[in-house]
Amino acid sequence: MTTVPLEPVAAPDTRWRVLRGRNASDRLYRGALTALALMLPLLLVAFLGELGASAWPAIRHFGVRFLVTSVWDPVAEVYGAAPMIFGTLASSFLAVLIAVPLALGVAIYLTEFSPKWVRQPIAFLVELLAAIPSVVYGLWGIFVLIPFLRTYVVPPLRALFGWTPFLSGVFYGSSLLAGSVILAIMILPYIAAVSREVLLAVPASQREAALGMGATRWEAVWTAVVPYGRAGLIGAVILGMGRALGETMAVTMLIGNRHDISLSVLQPAYTMAAAIANEFSEATTNLYLSALFEVGLILFVVTVAVNALARLLIWRVARGTAVGSRAL
Amino acid sequence: MNARRLRRRLVNGTMTALVGALSFVAVLALVLILGHLVAKGASSLDWSFFTKNPVPTGETGGGVAHAIVGSGIIVGLAALIGLPIGIGTGLYLAEYGSGRLGWVVRFVADVLNGTPSIVVGIFVWTWLVRPMGHFSAFAGSVALAILMVPMIARTTEELVRLVPHSLREAALALGYPRWRTSLRIVARTALAGILTGCLVAVARIAGETAPLLFTALGNVNFNTHIGEPMEALSLQIFQYATGPFDEWHRLAWASALVLMGLVLVLAILARWVLRSRHGAAR
Repeated sequence: MTTVPLEPVAAPDTRWRVLRGRNASDRLYRGALTALALMLPLLLVAFLGELGASAWPAIRHFGVRFLVTSVWDPVAEVYGAAPMIFGTLASSFLAVLIAVPLALGVAIYLTEFSPKWVRQPIAFLVELLAAIPSVVYGLWGIFVLIPFLRTYVVPPLRALFGWTPFLSGVFYGSSLLAGSVILAIMILPYIAAVSREVLLAVPASQREAALGMGATRWEAVWTAVVPYGRAGLIGAVILGMGRALGETMAVTMLIGNRHDISLSVLQPAYTMAAAIANEFSEATTNLYLSALFEVGLILFVVTVAVNALARLLIWRVARGTAVGSRAL
Repeated sequence: MNARRLRRRLVNGTMTALVGALSFVAVLALVLILGHLVAKGASSLDWSFFTKNPVPTGETGGGVAHAIVGSGIIVGLAALIGLPIGIGTGLYLAEYGSGRLGWVVRFVADVLNGTPSIVVGIFVWTWLVRPMGHFSAFAGSVALAILMVPMIARTTEELVRLVPHSLREAALALGYPRWRTSLRIVARTALAGILTGCLVAVARIAGETAPLLFTALGNVNFNTHIGEPMEALSLQIFQYATGPFDEWHRLAWASALVLMGLVLVLAILARWVLRSRHGAAR
C-alpha cells in the first residue's frame, strides 16, 4: 500500500519537463542553433585578431605617423596612409552629397506623392541598382561615365567654378570626381530603400494631423513626416556612407590610384580599399604587407563604427527590424 | 493672404515635381547602365563565347567558358557553406534571440553586413591562403560565404518572425516537441520567404570581385579543382576592362552582360517565389 502514492508524483514531473521543452532533442536543437549563431561574433573577434596581428609590425614601426604622413615608398620602406584616408573620406563625402538628394527624392516620392501603381515598379527598379555588381559599375564608368564627364560635365563646371582650387589641373578621366559619381549611383539604392522604410514607419496620424490643419502635401511631408523620421533618415545616410567607404572595385577602376592629396576633384586620388586591391599581391616585404594590413584594419574599424552608429539610429525609428536587408 | 496661399501652392507643386524628377533620374541611371550593357555586349554573345576558353593575347575570338564554370563552382560552394549557417543563425535569432546573446548576434550580423568585401578577402587570405601556401577556389568560396551569412541570417529571422503564433501554439498543443514545431511548422511556413532571402544573397555575392582577388585569384586555364586557383566572371571583367586591348574590352562587355543576366534572373526568381508562394499563404 505504501507504493501507491509514489506513482502520481513521478508522472506529472516528466510531462511537465516535456511541456517546458526540456527533453534531450530540444536541448540538442537549441544547442546546435546557438553554436551556429555564435559563429558570427567569433568571426568578428577573429577578424580583429587576425588583422590586428598582421598589422602589428607596421603599427609598432610607424605609430601615429602612419596616419598623418603622405610618403608611400615601398623601396625605402616608408609608409604613410594620409592620402588614402583623405581620398576615402573625400570620395565618400562627395558621393553622399550627390546621392542624398536623389535618394530622399525617391523615398519621399514613393511614400508620399506617387500614384499607387508606380510604387512597386519604381521601388524595384531603384533597388535593382544595388544588384549590379561593383565591377560592372567600374566597366560602365571607364567606358561611358568618364567620356560623358569629359564632354558634358567638366567643361561647364570649369566655366562656372574654374577659379576655385577644387577644379584645377588637367582632367584625364580617372579622378576623384569619376570615383565619387559612380559611388553615388552605387549607394543611392541603399539610402533610398532604408529612407523609404523609415518614412513608411512614420504613423499615418502624423500626416493626417498636418493635413487636417490645412497644410499642403509638401508641408505635411516636410514639417510632420521628415522630422519624425529624422534619426532613421540620418541613419540611412550614414549607412550609405559606410557602403561608400569600403567600396572597392568600381572605385579602384575609376579614381586613378595616385598617392597624393589634391583639393581638385579632377585629379586622381586613392582610397584605402583601392590600395589593398592594387598593391596586396605586389607586397613583397613583410613591412609592406603589414602596412596594407594596417590600412585594412583602419578601414574595418571605421566601417564597423559607422555601421554601428547607423544601426543604432535606424533601430530607434524602426525598432529591431532588418531594415535595408531586403534592398535588392 | 492670397499671395501667401499662391506661394504655398507653388512650393507644393514645385517640390512634387522635383521629387518625381529625382526618382526619374534614379531610374534613368539603371536604364542607361543596362542599356549600355546590352548595346555593347550582346553582339559578342555567340556559341564560342560560352564554350571556348580564352585565346592568347593578340588573337581575336575565344570565350569565357572557364570563367562561367568557375563562377558557378565558387558561388555554389559558397552557398553550400553559407546557407546552413545563415539559416541556422536566423532561426536562432527568431526562436531564442530575445536575450542578450540574441542582441549581440543581431548587432554583429548587421555590422558584418556592412563590412567592406575587400577586408573579408584579406582576412581569408591570412586564414586560409597563407597557411595552405597557395591560392584556391575554396578560399574564394569561404570569403563569399562569410559575406552571405549575415544577410541570410537577418532575412530568415525577419520572415520566421512573421509566422503567426497560433500555428506554433497549435503544434505545441498537439504534443509536438519544440524542435519539430520550429522546423516542421514554423520554418516550413516561412520557407518561401527564406528561399527568397537565399536567392537574393546568392545574387549579391555572384558579382563580388574584391574578396576573390587574393583567394580564388583567377586562372587563364579551364579548372574545376577547388584546391587550385580558379577564374570567375567578375575577376575576368576586372582584368579585361582595365587591360589595354580592344578585344579584351569587347569580351569584358559581353561577360558583364552575362553576369548581369545571371544576377537579374536570380533577383527576379526571388521576387517570383515570394509572390507565388508567400502571397498565397498570406
